[in-house]
Parts: sequence; C-alpha cells; structure tokens
Amino acid sequence: MIINHPLLGPRDAQEFVYLGDANLINRPDGLAEGAADAFYEYLYLRDNPAGEHRELWYHEQGDRSWLVVTRNTLTHDIKSVELARDVARKMGRSK
Amino acid sequence: MTQVRRIAGGQIDRSSTLNFAFDGKDYAGHPGDTLASALLANGVQLMGRSFKYHRPRGPIAAGAEEPNAIVELRSGARQEPNTRATVIELFDGLEARSQNRWPSLAFDAMSINDRLSNFLTAGFYYKTFMWPAAFWEKLYEPIIRHAAGLGSLTRLDDPDSYDKGFLHCDVLIIGSGPAGLSAALTAGRAGARVILADEDFSFGGRLNAETFSVDGIAGAAWAAKAVAELASLPNVRLMSRTTVTGAFDHGIYGAVERVSDHVAVPAAGKPRQILWRIYTQRTLLTAGAIERPIAFENNDRPGIMLAGALRAYANRWGVAVGDRVAIFTNNDDGVRSALDLKAKGVDVAAVIDTRADAKPLDGIRHIRGGQVVDSDGRLGLSSITVRMANGASDIIAVNALGVSGGWNPNLNISSHHRGRPVWNEAIAAFVPGPDGPKGLSSAGAANGIFSTHGALSSGAAAAVAALSDLGIKAAASKTPEAEDAPVAISAFWHVPSSKGRAWIDQQNDVTVKDVKLAHQENFRSVEHLKRYTTLGMATDQGKTGNVLGIAIMAELTGQSIPQTGTTIYRPPYTPVAMGALAGRSRGHEFKPTRLTPSHKWASEQGSIFVEVGMWLRTQWVPKPGETIWRQSVDREVLATRNSVGICDVTTLGKIDIQGTDAGLFLDRVYANTFSTLGVGKVRYGLMLREDGIVMDDGTTARLGENEYVMTTTTANAVPVFRHLEYCRQVLWPDLDVQLISTTEAWAQYSVAGPNARKLLQKVVDQDISNEAFPYMACGEITVCGGLRARLFRISFSGELAYEIAVPTRYGDAMIRAMVEAGKEFDAVVYGVEALGVMRIEKGHVAGNELNGQTTALNMGLGKMVSKKKDAIGMVLSQREGMARDDGLRVVGVKPVDPSKLLTAGSHFVVHGKSPTAEHDDGWLTSVAFSPNLGHSIALGYLKNGAARIGERLRVVNLMSKAEKEIEVEIVSPHFIDPEGERLRA
Amino acid sequence: MPNHRLKPLSPLGHDTPVVTTIGPVTISEMIDRALASVATRRDQDKAVAAAAKTLGIPLPGAGHFEQAGVFSSFWLGPDQWMVEAPFASHEDIVAILKPTFGRAASITEQTDAWVRFDVSGKELPSMFERLCTFDLRSHGTGSATRTVIDHLGCYVIIRGEALLSVIGPRSSAQSLHHALVVAAQSAF
Repeated sequence: MIINHPLLGPRDAQEFVYLGDANLINRPDGLAEGAADAFYEYLYLRDNPAGEHRELWYHEQGDRSWLVVTRNTLTHDIKSVELARDVARKMGRSK
Repeated sequence: MTQVRRIAGGQIDRSSTLNFAFDGKDYAGHPGDTLASALLANGVQLMGRSFKYHRPRGPIAAGAEEPNAIVELRSGARQEPNTRATVIELFDGLEARSQNRWPSLAFDAMSINDRLSNFLTAGFYYKTFMWPAAFWEKLYEPIIRHAAGLGSLTRLDDPDSYDKGFLHCDVLIIGSGPAGLSAALTAGRAGARVILADEDFSFGGRLNAETFSVDGIAGAAWAAKAVAELASLPNVRLMSRTTVTGAFDHGIYGAVERVSDHVAVPAAGKPRQILWRIYTQRTLLTAGAIERPIAFENNDRPGIMLAGALRAYANRWGVAVGDRVAIFTNNDDGVRSALDLKAKGVDVAAVIDTRADAKPLDGIRHIRGGQVVDSDGRLGLSSITVRMANGASDIIAVNALGVSGGWNPNLNISSHHRGRPVWNEAIAAFVPGPDGPKGLSSAGAANGIFSTHGALSSGAAAAVAALSDLGIKAAASKTPEAEDAPVAISAFWHVPSSKGRAWIDQQNDVTVKDVKLAHQENFRSVEHLKRYTTLGMATDQGKTGNVLGIAIMAELTGQSIPQTGTTIYRPPYTPVAMGALAGRSRGHEFKPTRLTPSHKWASEQGSIFVEVGMWLRTQWVPKPGETIWRQSVDREVLATRNSVGICDVTTLGKIDIQGTDAGLFLDRVYANTFSTLGVGKVRYGLMLREDGIVMDDGTTARLGENEYVMTTTTANAVPVFRHLEYCRQVLWPDLDVQLISTTEAWAQYSVAGPNARKLLQKVVDQDISNEAFPYMACGEITVCGGLRARLFRISFSGELAYEIAVPTRYGDAMIRAMVEAGKEFDAVVYGVEALGVMRIEKGHVAGNELNGQTTALNMGLGKMVSKKKDAIGMVLSQREGMARDDGLRVVGVKPVDPSKLLTAGSHFVVHGKSPTAEHDDGWLTSVAFSPNLGHSIALGYLKNGAARIGERLRVVNLMSKAEKEIEVEIVSPHFIDPEGERLRA
Repeated sequence: MPNHRLKPLSPLGHDTPVVTTIGPVTISEMIDRALASVATRRDQDKAVAAAAKTLGIPLPGAGHFEQAGVFSSFWLGPDQWMVEAPFASHEDIVAILKPTFGRAASITEQTDAWVRFDVSGKELPSMFERLCTFDLRSHGTGSATRTVIDHLGCYVIIRGEALLSVIGPRSSAQSLHHALVVAAQSAF
C-alpha cells in the first residue's frame, strides 16, 4: 500500500507500523468518576467495520509522525491521511 | 545428434553453436533458441512425465503457459527444479534433466498409474486416504510424495545472490507485442516515465512468431525498430527477461528480472535475479493471448501441441516439430497455422476443421465438419484418427498435430484484485473485467483485440487515455499498416467420447471425465470444480486448460459460460524462486548486525558473543584453561562481587526527553512519579501498557530542569520509543516535550563491585566519593583528561555500581582505559551471562518476568503504581482479577538438596498432588547457578507467593530426561544483600 | 579540542575511515561532522528561527537539506532538524548551540549515533534503486529523506549532482557498508 503522508507525500506502507482504531485518541480521564468502565470500553470495545475505518499508523522508518489514515478495509482505498496530532487537537485533546 | 528438425528462417543466430545436454545426452542449438526449441530442432519431443499418471509428455506451448515440458536445470548447488523448457534461454553448457520419471523418461515404472487411472479420478485422495488418520503421516503421504513429486531440491545452499529493488514510473506496460510497443512509443514520445517489461528475452511478442508485415516490413523487424527508438528515449526503461508477477495495492507491482539465468554462472557481484517492486501511476496490460486446446481422446501425446506454438517454432525458431503435420481447429487462426507451415515447406497432411461451413482451403486437405477423435504412437505421435462430417473415419499418419480451440486473452494480472473476467461471445473467450486493479487497463490481444492492427491502435489509445488521467498530453501517431483479420471462431471444446481420457489440464492430469465426475458428485461451482479436480492448481495456474474445464462444466449443467463463471488468478503469474523473495536476507545477512562499542576489544579477547535482537553482545570472556562456559561465568560473577567487573550495557535503549512538560510527561508514561525527581538524580521506573500489564522498566535520570534521559530494556527500545511518540502526539498533543533516541550516541559501561569507585576514580576527572556522588546520583563529568561523559550511580547487580557513558567513538578506548585501570583490582569484563546470574541473585526482574502477561503486583512492585495521577495503565491495573492478593508473585526458589540443578520453565506443584494443570501453582522464570551461594537458584511466579515464604514444594519438569521433580524451598527473591547495603557503600 | 587521552575509532572499527571504489562510484566513511538534533519547544517557532538565523543555521522544510556556510541541516520530523557542523571545531556541538537557542529548543548530541557514508559518482540511481524506495531520478540536490536500506532506517541526503550521503545507525555500520558495496557491485 501507499500512504500519502501529509508532509512527505506518497510513501510505501512498509515504512509504517500499524496500531489500530483511531478512536484510541479519545483516552478517558483516569482520575474521573467511573474511569474503570470508561477504560474498559475504550480499550476493548471497538468497531470492526467492513468498509471505511479511521486508524492510527506510525511512520517509524520515516519522520516518526503518527497519522490518522482513513482507509476502506474492503478495498484498501485510502480517503485521507492526517497528522494524528492535528486530529487529536481538533478532537479537543491538549495536555 | 544433428538438428534434424531445423528448417530455414527464424530469429536464431546460426553462426554460433551452443552445446547443451538433456538427460545426459549432448545436443546443439543456437543463440535465440529456448531449451524447448533446441530440443525440438534435435527431434526430441518427449520432455517429461505427467504429474499423476506419468504419461509421456512433450511441450504443447512456446511460452510461459507451458504445462508439460517441466525440467530440472543445471546441476550441483545451482540445480533448479520445475523450470519450463519453453522459456529457458539456451546457453552454452546448459544441463537439463526430465522430472517425475523413474528410472528413465522412456521407461517410467510409475506409468502403472496410467493403467490404474480408473481408480485415480478426481477426489481420489479425499476418498481413499481418509482414515485411519494415523496412516496419513506415516504411510499415505510419503507414498504420494514419492510418486507424485515434481522436481527435487538440492538441499545445498544456493551459491548465487538475489537482489531486491525499487522502480518508479508513470506507466508500466506489461508485454511488448504490437500493443505494448505501440503504447510504449506513444507514452515515451510524450515524455512520460515508462517501464516496458517483457518476460521474453527478446521484445516483440507475437510479432516474432508471425509472418505478418507491419508498415511494409516484417513484424519482427518493425518491433526491432520500435525497440531501438524506445531505447533512445531516456524516460523509457526497457526490461526484457522481466516477468511482472503480481499487482498489489495502490499501483505496486512485483516483477522478477532474470539477470543471469541465461548464463551458466552469474558474473562476479551480479545477482541471478532481481525482485523489483514497481511503483506506477498507470498500468497497461498488453500481455497478448494464450491459445487453448480442444480436448479429445489421448490428446496429450508428445507431438500434439497448440497450433500457434507449432507456427511459432517454425517462424521464430526455424523448427518443424514434425515433418508431416495436421491441424485441428475451430477457428481461422488455426487455419493460418497450416498456411504458415505449408509456406515453410512442411508437409501439411490435413486441416481438420470443426466448422462445416468454413471457407475451403486450396491445396490442403481440408476436412470441414471433422473432428480428431484419437491419437496413437508410443512416446510420440504417429497417427490421428479423424471422424468426418459424414461419420466415416480415417487414420492419418502424422508426427505433429497443431490444435487450436481459440485464444484466451492473457488477463492473469487483471484479475489480481478479484477482478472478474467478463465473457465475450464474439471471440468465445473471457476478457479483463472492469473491477481489476485500479489504474490498470488492457489493450491488444490481452483485451480480446486479436488483429495486429487492432493491437497497435488499441495500445496507442490506451496509452493516450492513461496519460490523460495523469495530465500528460499524448497523441497516438498514425497506426502502422498491418493485418486486420476479424476473429472467426465457432466455439468447440471437446470431442465427445466414451472413455473421456481427454486432457484439459495436462500439468495436473485433469480430464474431461474428471469434470464429469465432479458434476455428478455435485461439485459444480467453478471454485468447487477447481478444488475437487485440481483443475488449474498446478504451477501453470491452468493458463491453457481453465476455460476449457469451465466450458465443459457449463455444457454439463446446461448453463451458459457467463452463468458458470470463472475462477480468478492470483500472484504470482509464473512461479517465483524462493531466493528472489529472500533477496539478500539470508544466512548471516538475514538481518543487519548491531555491534557494541566494545566489540573490537571483545573480539581480540576471544569473547563468546550472543545475538540479542540484532545486537551481538559478549556472553562471556573465556580465560585460557576455561573449557566449560560456567567456569568463565562463575569467575566473572565472583570477581565482580569480590572486586570489580565491567560490562558493556550500550544496548539498553536511551531516549533523550526534553521540554518544559518533560516531568509531567514522564508521570503519565511511568506508573510511578518522576516530576519530583531532583536534578542530578536517577529513579527506577515501571512502564505499563494501557491494559495494566507491565510494558518495560528501566531507570530515568534527570540531567537538567527540563532534560531527562530514559533507559529501556534492550528488547523494547524501539517499541517504547514508538509508545512515547504515540503519547506525545496522539494522547497529549500540547505537552511541551521533545524526544530523540541516543542509544547509539553513547558507549555505556556498567562498572560494578566493591572496587568500582576506586577503578572509576582513576579515569574520572572529578571527585566521585560517596558524599560527592551518592547512590542514585547522576551527572555530566569528564574522563581521561577532559572527554565529556555521563555518570549514573545505578546497579543491576546489587553491588556498588555505576554506569559511565562516553561518545561512542571513544567507547573502544574507554574500555581499554578501564581494563588498564582495573588491573590492580583484578577487574574482569563480564558478559550477559554473568549479568543474568547477578540480577537473579539480587532478585531483579528482567525479560523472563516482564513477559507481557504480568503486572507490577505480580512482580512484587504493586506499590510503585501511583493512584494519585493518571498514568498509562493505572486504571486497568487495578482491576479486580489483576489485583488479587493471592495472585502470582515473584519469589525466590532454592533446591532443598543444594546439589540439584533447577530448570527454568519447571512448574510448582505442592506435595501430594499430581503434576497436572489443575495443580499448577506457577513456574520458574529465571534460573542460575549462584557461585556465591554454591547452588542453583531461581526466580518464579508462585500463586499467593508473598504468603508462602519458607514453604517446601516441588518443581516439576516433565520434559526432563533425568529428574522430573525437585523439592524446593520458597525464599525471598533477594538472595544477595537483601538490605541493599552494598549499593550505598 | 579537549585534551584527553582517548583515541577515537571510526564506525567501521578502524583508526582511519574506509574508502571503497566500485565502478563509477566511491563509498566513503565520513567522520568529520558533528551532529545535533534541534527541536522547537512549544510556541517557540519564532525564537528558534531567530536563533538559527543568528548562528547561520538553515531550517529546511519537510524532506529537505540545506547547506549554509559552516552549518548544514536536514529535516527530521515536524519541528525537528539535524544540524551538521565540522567535527574538529564543533565536537561539543550542543555546548556551542545551546547558549543561542536557550530554552527555545531541545538540543541533543547525535554525532556518534550515526554512521555516514558519502557515495559519489555517476549513475547513483542505478545503485540506489537496489537499496531503497527513494526515487533518486525524481529528486534533486537538497532532497533529504529517511528510508529503509537493508532493514535499517537511514537518511539519504542529496548533497550535489553526483554526491549523496547515507546516514544510518552507527552500530550497524558494517552491515550498511556491506549493503552499499553489494548494491554497487550488482549495478556496475
């Protein structure tokens, strides 16, 4: 596969490491009320769509950027590639 | 032997003779020959035995689709099984042998299978070797393997090398026939980056095998002219002997270039083959078409081949396969073969044409509405039996028969992404469908456009369209003048017969009868048909036979061919050598090696090295007279505990962590707290995964207000760095923290033992007394008169110990300086084996305990997990099941009888219970012989272990041949200096 | 230059760097450059740019390399560069850079984390197409990227018409050198 890195252009997927569902960005607050349940859901209850999937990839053999790749799991078509840091900030994550 | 079947013409260089051997017999051929064409020129038709029935077989094709003429090439370590004689480029000294026969090709004892064919039908193995199950491995499989073997492996290392490479282009063109050349010219002239790949050693495809003219010159000459123009364009890469083997995602194609297969031994430094990974924007499949046979009784006899192959051998290679031939056809192209052969002076005895209404031929016996119903001849064709339209039959003596059932577009690659071929009734063949690999289109015969003119014009048009997608303007120049004959075919698949021993898939010995049986037993879908009969499952992937099998199934079910469907092809298009897939990654070069800074010194000492990931680390450093590894290890341990030892610990991961939020960041990634660590101090840290399991451990030093250096275990250096980047970028994107690995920047040595300080003080320029540099201190210092260095007072061994780091280029000089300084203390250099012994003696957990299944609590480090802050893994580490008081705990273990040696992996079982899973109380993780205690010791995970100190029970190792059970006592894991006084000395 | 008594060893394990010529290319082990990574701290982009300007350090964009007098740099990742300077004058490169960058940047010594091989000569693409996915034919002087060579993450920096550097992990210097040599032998 080819991942179109937002800063470096098309790169072979061999340079990347796959992690999984981009929903991992939404890490719960460990000190909040009900954290145990929140973490259980966060870590173990994932969608496994046959179709479009937002997932985290790491450019380990490149610039070490974590990316959010929107990929169709049936066709491998990649719709968008974003820097995970930008996506996380948009989702309200900060410090 | 002379080349008795050689006739005039062809693209072979008769001025030069190549000598070669087949089955030990010497023959001669010419440059330009394939092994098959040269053997045929020498009158050799019999080249192999079939897979199942061991029927005598000769080539039926002149290209990559060949199912029969499969031979072993070369000898010794270079021997290569299962190569197709039809594509092997002849070279001087070539040696080949036939396969799948014993004792000889002419007399094969296993041909008894042919007599037993009534029993060896489709599904035979499934039905016969079902039970008893135990017989499979011991009896059935060895017999079948012996009988049905293809070629044999040498079991020797391949002496040649294989490369892997990467190419980039705008347009990849697969196949260099008229369509491919026309496309390449169009794209090349437009300035696009073009790769034109052809599996053949000469470009031109079918133009080399035909008598047509293009633009008024011979087709082959036109092809040569086109290739010359392409070669002059810097943006075009011409790759002959290069087979595109598969389409992968997003425009990546695999291709094998046979760099040295056409020479006996590759030139110095040159690979035999290169596996290319081609990145392309657009792909044009112009791979031509493959002729298919018509099935009839005994249609597999040597001498019977595809009509187009017969014609190709005559036109391209100057070989008349027989001196008296017949053609059996259902289409005009078969007739063309007869005309070409006649023009070459070959005696064409008859054209048997299934079409009663075919246009009659002049000067050739044209049996219209006829069928070939049988053949005869031992080890080769001597006659055919023909049934006329009126029912009468005739026996015609011929020694070669060309069969043409029409042509199938060579659409293999177009179906690699589950691209479903589509049936085209007009040409009675499947053509590439619309849902194949993205960016791939087909032209010419590969797309069902069979005339030369059509190929030339469709190739150019496809190139224009592909380039227009890329925003490159191209214009197709005027299509050269060429024949434009329409396809005239009347589909005809097989000649009905009572016995049904009519072959469809010759490589896997699948007959019309097998298809009938599959139908009868309700294996009717194409996918079932394929697997039940093994149709198309041989190394040729059924290039000649598949469509025939499908058509016969359609006939049996009464469905149309499109309703019946088709199987699709998968990579590789033709077999790929394992060596090409491995590339340079074999033997010692399987992976790169990482050498430590002390490697040169250690090599000089005769150190024993051990692979730890990619690293080579010193395992122990033997002294003269030491013959058993434990002599060396025991000495290293004792010397370190009694005086001082030095160990290269560079392999531990080092990550430089800086930024105003660096402390906060460490609080998040470590279970314990780091923001409170003072500058100039080191702390042990425990890193959890989000699920609460321990990920890694190590020390982190605070070198400045906003500057830390973390150490990781050797094995986890890369995953931990990845994890930290994940935390920094994905989870907390606004933390001010920057990371970079410094593992390789510093040569780091552990100096441990009661004399460690004395030794180090001789090389360190500053005061490192206990007061100036207490336990868990760190700082930047200088050594040996001014070299910048780092010192950490940390200990893995339990002794007074330091780790000292210098820039890597000085690491060699540093160990030499320390060894010199240590002479007065009898200092040793110790390896990872002694390191392991000492950490077990001290009760420190390491890889065996951090096994990806265990928690901080299991390791006896539960109190380290701070619940006052939100660190990775904190919440889930507190889960009920993981926080049980009676769960696994690390304990120390010693044998009650000190002479007994423990074994790692042994399981705890209490006295009086049988050693079964239900009584399993845990296991020994790490075992060592402690030279300080004089007996074997171990660490282990024991259920409710913290409460069981002093208990005696058994450790059981059912794998042991000597002692399956040893009585042990549970003790504290800290065998040495449990109060930690030595560390602080 | 510190006045210590320790003698350095080259990444390939010799007193002097190794130079190998194969066909039209020469592969040279380089030991005369000091390296430091410079990473911008949060919201310090302007301060970093100003400090870099003061020192004459270029800060090229993604995928690029730039030479400017004593210093040259290439892009490592977002907000992070590798700065190169002559080893003889800049061995303690962090000490030289830190006063000017102050707390605006995180600076880390990287000199000995890497082995650098300069490969010079004609037809470099023929050699490198056997090593990595980086397409030399479509990249010119000033391109710099990290890619995989022989399983190793390496920076490939095009310094000039017929000169590029491969900067890889120092501990694997011998493996990397071997990979470069066999690729050159295969190509030429």
